[in-house]
Amino acid sequence: MKADVGAPVTKAGVGELLRLPPFGRKFGGAAEYVVIPALALAASLILFGIFVALFGKNPIDLYFYMYQGAFGTWFSWQNTLTRAAPLILTALCTALPAQLGMVIIGGEGALLIGALCSTSAALAIPDAPPLVVDFAMAAAGMAGGGLWIMLSGALRHYRGVNETISSLLLVYIALAILNYLVEGPMRDPTSLNKPSTREIGVANMIGSIPGTDVHWGFVFGIIAALISYILIYHTVFGFAARVAGGNIRAAKVVGLSVGKLILIICFLAGAAAGLAGMMEVAAVQGRTNANLAAGYGFAGILVAFLARQNPLAVIPVAILLGGIGASGGLLQRRLGLPDASVLVLEGVIFVMVLASDTLYGRLSFFRAKGS
Amino acid sequence: MNFDKISRRGVLKGTAALTIGSALPLSSALAKDTTVGFIYVGSRDDYGYNQAHAAGAAALKKMSGIKVVEEEKVPETDAVEKTMESMINLDGATLLFPTSFGYYNPHMLKMAVKYPKLRFEHCGGLWTEKDPKNAGSYFGYIDEAQHVSGVVAGHMTKSGKLGFVAAKPIPQVLRNINAFTMGAKLANPKVTLQVIFTGDWSMPVKEAEATNSLIDQGVDVVTCHVDGPKTVVENAARRGAMVGGYHVNQAVLAPQAYLTGAEWNWEVLYPRFVKMFTSGETIPNFYRGGLKEELVKVSPYGPMVSEAARKQADEVKAGLTAGTYVIFKGPVTDNKGKTVIASGVARGQTDPELEKMDYLVDGVIGATS
Repeated sequence: MKADVGAPVTKAGVGELLRLPPFGRKFGGAAEYVVIPALALAASLILFGIFVALFGKNPIDLYFYMYQGAFGTWFSWQNTLTRAAPLILTALCTALPAQLGMVIIGGEGALLIGALCSTSAALAIPDAPPLVVDFAMAAAGMAGGGLWIMLSGALRHYRGVNETISSLLLVYIALAILNYLVEGPMRDPTSLNKPSTREIGVANMIGSIPGTDVHWGFVFGIIAALISYILIYHTVFGFAARVAGGNIRAAKVVGLSVGKLILIICFLAGAAAGLAGMMEVAAVQGRTNANLAAGYGFAGILVAFLARQNPLAVIPVAILLGGIGASGGLLQRRLGLPDASVLVLEGVIFVMVLASDTLYGRLSFFRAKGS
Repeated sequence: MNFDKISRRGVLKGTAALTIGSALPLSSALAKDTTVGFIYVGSRDDYGYNQAHAAGAAALKKMSGIKVVEEEKVPETDAVEKTMESMINLDGATLLFPTSFGYYNPHMLKMAVKYPKLRFEHCGGLWTEKDPKNAGSYFGYIDEAQHVSGVVAGHMTKSGKLGFVAAKPIPQVLRNINAFTMGAKLANPKVTLQVIFTGDWSMPVKEAEATNSLIDQGVDVVTCHVDGPKTVVENAARRGAMVGGYHVNQAVLAPQAYLTGAEWNWEVLYPRFVKMFTSGETIPNFYRGGLKEELVKVSPYGPMVSEAARKQADEVKAGLTAGTYVIFKGPVTDNKGKTVIASGVARGQTDPELEKMDYLVDGVIGATS
């Protein structure tokens, strides 16, 4: 690079070397939200590669198997998307309340309650046509999950109880309710060694997206994410929620009814996780039992934070984590890595993405000249 | 050919082409090795359920022409379906062992329908005529080994109080508790057994609490039925109690406290199944067996086990191995005083009534719900 005589002196650094002035001026602000997470991701993969190399495995093999297991074949893609499906919905359970500045980490509980409610709905109307049953299941699952998280919201608003703690504790209550009902009143007497509810019936199962093994939960997840995005960024309601999230006192002063916002947003958040529970029952398990507590609700928290609580960004992040999960098996089988190595990678990504927050607005590459 | 020109990228491309190619029937016909897939719900080194299966898988690795692929910590959701398919599509597995109970219905059955030419073998499920023919279930009558372990415990206890840390009050678990208690009562009719249910298969904190609380109540022999007995065994030994093991031999964890234990013997069963599979023989869809069929075994007695205990335990074990001894022989009363097996009725191991067990026998302190 040759410096022009008389050009304004700018700060030297990485940003300067990578400088692309027209692009930076035009799209810098938005590009930041793509480039910085991508850099964080690349850095995490390099760190994980070093970690794996310390155990005497070849990092090149690692990257190759990760790619192959997650996206390398059509089968791998389906594997990835299947794993991503519940994560989109459970991530919304954390991302939506985050707009109000609330940290809800109890998506798992809403998922379990949603699964229980939707199974109950299906078992209550055994003779109805499948479409009616599925509709009732979705409605019941969303209502159940929604009310469950709304409980945390109400406790926060009316009693000042910390919503993070209450939503987490409600997970254990949900699990206890599920175990009690599945092993007691709702138990199918023929489920001897695996206590389960009765099955909802093959006719009521919603199948896969035609031509794939990916169940419809993936499509509903994307729809829910899109609706959430429009709601938050393109409606008055969403604007009010973000104002309240920014400064709750200011919101009250301008006359926003913060209580209502909290309850509605929490309901919608829980409804998303409840829908994930309904999908697990209607598309995968066919009944409710302890298998449903598979940690999708907790994985959703990670997705939401990595997506910086943006409902739209939740979709690619869920696919990314689905891909990591899908490739985890191949890493175990080909490289002999323990299952926990995937958790290490997820942890590294989490830390890197959170740490990369500090870079926003500091890379001169994204800033218009002279600004 | 100039080998210097073979770049790493070229090798990777080649591997990719090969792996993708192996999903095609053409190349799998060329493959000489039989690939067997094992899937575990927990970690392979849990000193328990999963380790027992991994030991069976390890026995296969010694056989020639057999390739074993394994994956651990796979949840009982559609993740296990994808793991099976990944083993089939990317590794060319033709025989699969998804070993956890919750993998059976609907996951393994769904895969058996989707891949009718491959073989699926499940541990613990109840295969019935309406299930796919290329699916099967196998299980061991481990209550026989628990019964022998109970005899030893009955001899060795000084307080006459035994303890049992159990996961859930389901038939398989109740059968172990009852067989253990009935064994102990052969040695000492006055013995009681306190049972504590933790509510789930892997709850190390609750298992430790249960073990401590049993010992606080005067129990001096503790055994268990949870996925990983490590917590129970180590805690009991630390508190000075004796222990009976489960799933695998835990003597290494507590050499001075380990009396004996009920172990799976998958090292014998899996090679047996694989030999049937590779020779084209059909593996029976419903496969069960106990000490006689070598599906289960009893751990070697610990150094402190008395001569009298060894003698009686060996006698019972010999009867079970010969197939002449019946554990659940009437009259049997439950711990509420109700007769559950009438006098003169002998329920042999294959009796379907035993698969529905919902009671605790006389001498057990505890309730099923």
